[in-house]
Amino acid sequence: MLLKKTKKLEVQIDEFLDKVLNGGLVLKQGIKYYLNNQNEHFEESLRDIDKTENDADTLRRTIETKLYMHTLIPEQRGDVLGLLESTDKVLNSCKEVLFQFSVEKPQISEDLKSDYIDLADTSVSSIECMIGAVRSYFSEFRMVRDNINKALFFEKESDKLADKLKRDIFSKENIDLSVKMHIRYFVYHIDKIADAAEDVCDRLSIAVIKRYG
Amino acid sequence: MVWFYLTSGLFLGWILGANDAGNIYGAALSTKMFRFYTVAVLASVFVVLGAMISGFGATHTLGALGDVNAIAGSFTVAFSTALTVFLLMKRGLVVSVSQAIVGGIIGWNIFTSSPTDYGSLVQIIASWILNPFLAGIFSFVFYYAMMHFLKRTKMHILEIDFFTKALAVFVIAFGAYSLGANNIAKVVGVFLTSAPLKDFAVTQSLIISPAQQLFFIGSLAIVSGIITYSKNTTETVGMKIFKLTPISAIASILGASTVLFLFSSTTVEKLLNNAGLPSFPLVPVSITQAMVGAVIGIGFAKGGRYINYRILGRIGLGWIITPVASGVIAFVLLFIMQNVFDREVYTALKYEINRPVVKQIEKWGVPAGNFTNIRDTVFESQQEFRGFLSSLGYDKEEYMFRIFKGAIIENFRIDSNYAKEKMNPNYFSAGQINSIKSMHNETFRHKWMLFDRMKSMSDEWNELPDIPQNEYLNKELEQKRGIISEMFKIK
Repeated sequence: MLLKKTKKLEVQIDEFLDKVLNGGLVLKQGIKYYLNNQNEHFEESLRDIDKTENDADTLRRTIETKLYMHTLIPEQRGDVLGLLESTDKVLNSCKEVLFQFSVEKPQISEDLKSDYIDLADTSVSSIECMIGAVRSYFSEFRMVRDNINKALFFEKESDKLADKLKRDIFSKENIDLSVKMHIRYFVYHIDKIADAAEDVCDRLSIAVIKRYG
Repeated sequence: MVWFYLTSGLFLGWILGANDAGNIYGAALSTKMFRFYTVAVLASVFVVLGAMISGFGATHTLGALGDVNAIAGSFTVAFSTALTVFLLMKRGLVVSVSQAIVGGIIGWNIFTSSPTDYGSLVQIIASWILNPFLAGIFSFVFYYAMMHFLKRTKMHILEIDFFTKALAVFVIAFGAYSLGANNIAKVVGVFLTSAPLKDFAVTQSLIISPAQQLFFIGSLAIVSGIITYSKNTTETVGMKIFKLTPISAIASILGASTVLFLFSSTTVEKLLNNAGLPSFPLVPVSITQAMVGAVIGIGFAKGGRYINYRILGRIGLGWIITPVASGVIAFVLLFIMQNVFDREVYTALKYEINRPVVKQIEKWGVPAGNFTNIRDTVFESQQEFRGFLSSLGYDKEEYMFRIFKGAIIENFRIDSNYAKEKMNPNYFSAGQINSIKSMHNETFRHKWMLFDRMKSMSDEWNELPDIPQNEYLNKELEQKRGIISEMFKIK
């Protein structure tokens, strides 16, 4: 069948997006394990996200090579490449955050834990919507806009949550300033993931205009 | 010598391949969807097919505009056309080969004092205006339809890419076919009456006519232009006016090719007539002009913001300069050919004025009062006759054309044996064949005399009432009468 090669590449692009989405979910779960002191599970999440990130890298390179080797979508190739790379960066950030938890072992007090979980939830939601938007860029053009809007909504929400959480941290009196500063960075990093998703959405908006004006 | 003369036609073919063919696939190439040679081979195959299968339609109108009747004349007209295109192309102007050749033929007409058929000329000029206009409308519609579909489809971008490529292949093939069909007349059309070629029998049933031989040679010349030079000219008009994306490129090529096809397809003509609609004149139109129109159409579909109007001005300038320059160059070169190289650039024709002739031209709407006191006279050349008509006060070219048509002496003799042998019963009706046979040994000095006699012998030579449904049949009838006159002309 003539479309066989094309179909295979489509599947690979989908797999790549699956991996990024999966990375986000693992991150969310990993943070919960960490905060609940389920160390074994947490370490497993860490290994999991490391492998996912490696696989995604390989997959991305294969896709990019194929796009150029078979001179596919010549007009959109640059945009698609940029999209895949910035999407990959989101996954890298997820991995990084989980590694930081593992290395630095921040001391988060009980009463703040639920806020961290909320923040991670919202951040990862923006990844989910962003992945939906990228998928629809490839196969259901009309849905791109809706998904971008959702992703941007969650990004703003996560900004708000992060802001509030940082204020809460520094208004606490029973924690050392050094600890405050330490755990503040984790708020910053989790929030950064939503920002990375926002970057992808910004690229996507331009790519959409370029594709069908 | 004939083959030497034909070289100018081949030069023209090469120019068409190099200059015009780029328009068909330039946009597709610039998007890096294909490699050059893939596209060049594809286009070449379909140029040849188009020329061989549908090339006949458009030769007729050019022949009617001016019947270049000596091969040195054909050589010079084709050469000056090619030269004009070459020079203007080098100066970066947008050139249309069809305009150049029309200019060249009119140059020949003026040089030889032959009358120009204003009817055909007006039809051709109208098609020059209609062509980009229609191409614009078509590409606008195609583009809209494609975008409408693409914005709503759930197809994967890679599948869309696949189908876009497939469509591009189809469109390039279609465009090349239309280019071959519509342009072959420009390459070898002027040689049709003057090249002394004979039927070439491959087998007993497969006979390649002189016209087909010419068309084949001409299409090979176009192909050589495509292969050797078109790579340099694929930076097309289209790209300069407006940056095209694959989809808009396909829509514009499709729009332009459709128009070229409409202007050269006898099948479409027949279909339109049968539906009671007026048909397109079968004239050679320019792919360059069609592309310009098509790209502007796309520009408007996108809101008209990005159209480069300065380039449009230059294109408009080219459209005026081309036919004029070509006419002037043809005139000068014909003069040189005749007086310096001592070649016969036209065959002198004889004309006569007598009572029946005057009566006939009066029937064609020419006021004949000026002829009242004229004795029967025979004129030895076009110049002499034109001079005589001018002295009588005829200055309208339309009248000139009709008087020339009525007064030309051609000499026909009907031979029933020859008629039996040559008139194909699948093409001519029994009534038509019998009427010709019964005219055995009759002679005629003028074509209209022969036709009048034929009509009086059988009703089947008479035109049907002038309504769109009959347009094609009447045209066919005219062609049949033309074949009879060629058959029994005394050479």
